[in-house]
Amino acid sequence: MIKQILFIITLLITFGVFAYSVKRLWGFFKLTKPAYPIKNIGARISHTLNVAFGQTKIFRKPVIGLMHALVFWGFLVITLGSIEMVVDGVSGLDRAFAFTGWFYDVVIASGDVFALLILIFIKLFSIRRMFLKVKRFSGVEMTPKANWDAQLSLFFIGFLMVSLICFNMGYISSHPNAYEGVYPVSAALVNLFGWDFSWLQEPGWWVHLLLIFTFANYLPYSKHFHVFLSVPNVFLANLEPITKYPNLESITREVKLMLDPEAAYDENAEVARFGVKDIEDVSWKNYMDSLSCTQCGRCTDVCPANITGKLLSPRKIFVDLRKRMNEKGPLVIAGKEDNKSLLRDYISEEEIWACTTCNACAQECPIDISHPNLIMDMRRYLVMEESAAPTGLNVMFANIENNGAPWQFSPEDRMKWAE
Amino acid sequence: MTIETKIDVPVMADVTAKGEKPEYLYWVGCAGAFDDRYQKVARAFAKILNHLGVSYAVLGKEESCTGDAAKRAGNEMLFQMQAMQNIGVLNGYEVKKIICTCPHCYNTLKNEYSDLGGNYEVINYTVFLDEMIRAGKLKLENNPFKGESITYHDPCYLGRGNGIYDAPRNVVKAVFGEVKEMKRARSYGLCCGAGGAQMFKEAEKGNKEVNIERTEEIIERKVDKVASACPFCMTMLTDGIKLKNKEAELQNIDIAEIIEKALNL
Repeated sequence: MIKQILFIITLLITFGVFAYSVKRLWGFFKLTKPAYPIKNIGARISHTLNVAFGQTKIFRKPVIGLMHALVFWGFLVITLGSIEMVVDGVSGLDRAFAFTGWFYDVVIASGDVFALLILIFIKLFSIRRMFLKVKRFSGVEMTPKANWDAQLSLFFIGFLMVSLICFNMGYISSHPNAYEGVYPVSAALVNLFGWDFSWLQEPGWWVHLLLIFTFANYLPYSKHFHVFLSVPNVFLANLEPITKYPNLESITREVKLMLDPEAAYDENAEVARFGVKDIEDVSWKNYMDSLSCTQCGRCTDVCPANITGKLLSPRKIFVDLRKRMNEKGPLVIAGKEDNKSLLRDYISEEEIWACTTCNACAQECPIDISHPNLIMDMRRYLVMEESAAPTGLNVMFANIENNGAPWQFSPEDRMKWAE
Repeated sequence: MTIETKIDVPVMADVTAKGEKPEYLYWVGCAGAFDDRYQKVARAFAKILNHLGVSYAVLGKEESCTGDAAKRAGNEMLFQMQAMQNIGVLNGYEVKKIICTCPHCYNTLKNEYSDLGGNYEVINYTVFLDEMIRAGKLKLENNPFKGESITYHDPCYLGRGNGIYDAPRNVVKAVFGEVKEMKRARSYGLCCGAGGAQMFKEAEKGNKEVNIERTEEIIERKVDKVASACPFCMTMLTDGIKLKNKEAELQNIDIAEIIEKALNL
């Protein structure tokens, strides 16, 4: 009974802290602009099954991809077990889901095996991050803090697996002849040592659950928030061709007005800033992308600008967006301002202009972030609000305006190629 | 070099005046109209269309930049002005099908004009050529490139942007038999460096130009030719090859030019 009460109090604290974090983020989301409408639910579900659950984009790097996929699938199975542990804790039951019979055995057995696999892979990930100089784990945005965040997340996951196996071993020892579920790894370990592990059951259970609760509340402040957000982010992804850059509706209104002066001027139309300068100009999807990004750096790894030594790193764009929101969001909510902005104080013009919009980054992103579209949004701000384009581009604009081609040729000569 | 002669290219205004309605509009694009090197590609493709006896026309003086480069450089106002103007012309002629050689024009016409009232079936020329070969309408019995090897450079706006990876390869294979793939091919393809309006500005400071990075990869593949399907890629790769002093052993050739030569047009 005391255990139950203690557990329920812990659970309530967990939910309370989590609710606080969600409320904070919700406040930030409210500062953002609308994105595209979410339609085509059927196509979205199949896209999510494919990209998120099937891990198809993760597999673009086959070896590390397989390891990640196994960790992800293992997490799904182990989560079912965790839900049962929470139900047990609240209700005082022991193995509340055991009535599901063979299904239970399959879930518990695979969870037990996955726990060991995940532990091994997480250790390898951690060692790789520490000792192998993987190029995409470096860069200005990969601060020591970002590296600690990654290592701490890996430590959490590793320790979660250790505590789960300890709990399973304790459970087997304390129910020597009649335990529920199948435990290929834990049972083998118990037999291997031949000791009595029953003392491990209670501490294993508590440590495992307290780790889950702590980790869950750490995540909203970590780059590892992708544990929660990557699947919804893929579901809400832009399903249009990646090189389709949406037209600005506010411009469409102006252009129509210019072409047809008779058209009625819509006074209710919102006069917003063109393009993106700061966090209140981005869409909720941009911000969600920044929260979902786990800084894997696959985008930066394939960026032609980055490969050839330019400042641009597509990952940094989203890391900066999240940082800037953390800085400015609370100010705006409190009715205050600062004299900084995402563009220039975080992301330089030099970075923005280096993009070739080749979309290699968007193609690679395992959770479907479109970096070029946000980069071009910032170009829109620079060009349409500040006329701050590089010289070459201003010449190109003038040519298109004057003679309908980016180069200085007369439209009269448009058929010369055939002569 | 063969002596360039005038080729017969039907212009929409003339054709319409005769009361005819061509099946396809060939969107030549600014590079096809004005770029010295890429004009040859426009010519090659027009010759192929003539050879096939396809009912088509071009807009000629009525064609104007799609606005792709302006849009990607952030000038949405200029893009939409161009788009509205072009849509006015295209809809005026009741155009249904557009064939593009330039993948940037292709992407813009196909994906970005529809929301502004321009709805067309937009076809990339590599897809068109692939279909014609399959249908047996292009007889490619002679191989003027006998003994030569070739690789193919994926334009970003064709491949990653619109999923066209196989059609250009099929066309190359129909003549060369084989495409020697680079390490970064298909959806992993490396940009030539010119997209997103980079074509029209100085590159930012770095330790290498993107087209040199790509050219080095092509050179490493030890091929005689590199096929491309985009005017910007053509400029960047041709420049890269020139800078690397490899013009004698490696040339850039467009998909349409391969067919033109194979048909001896």
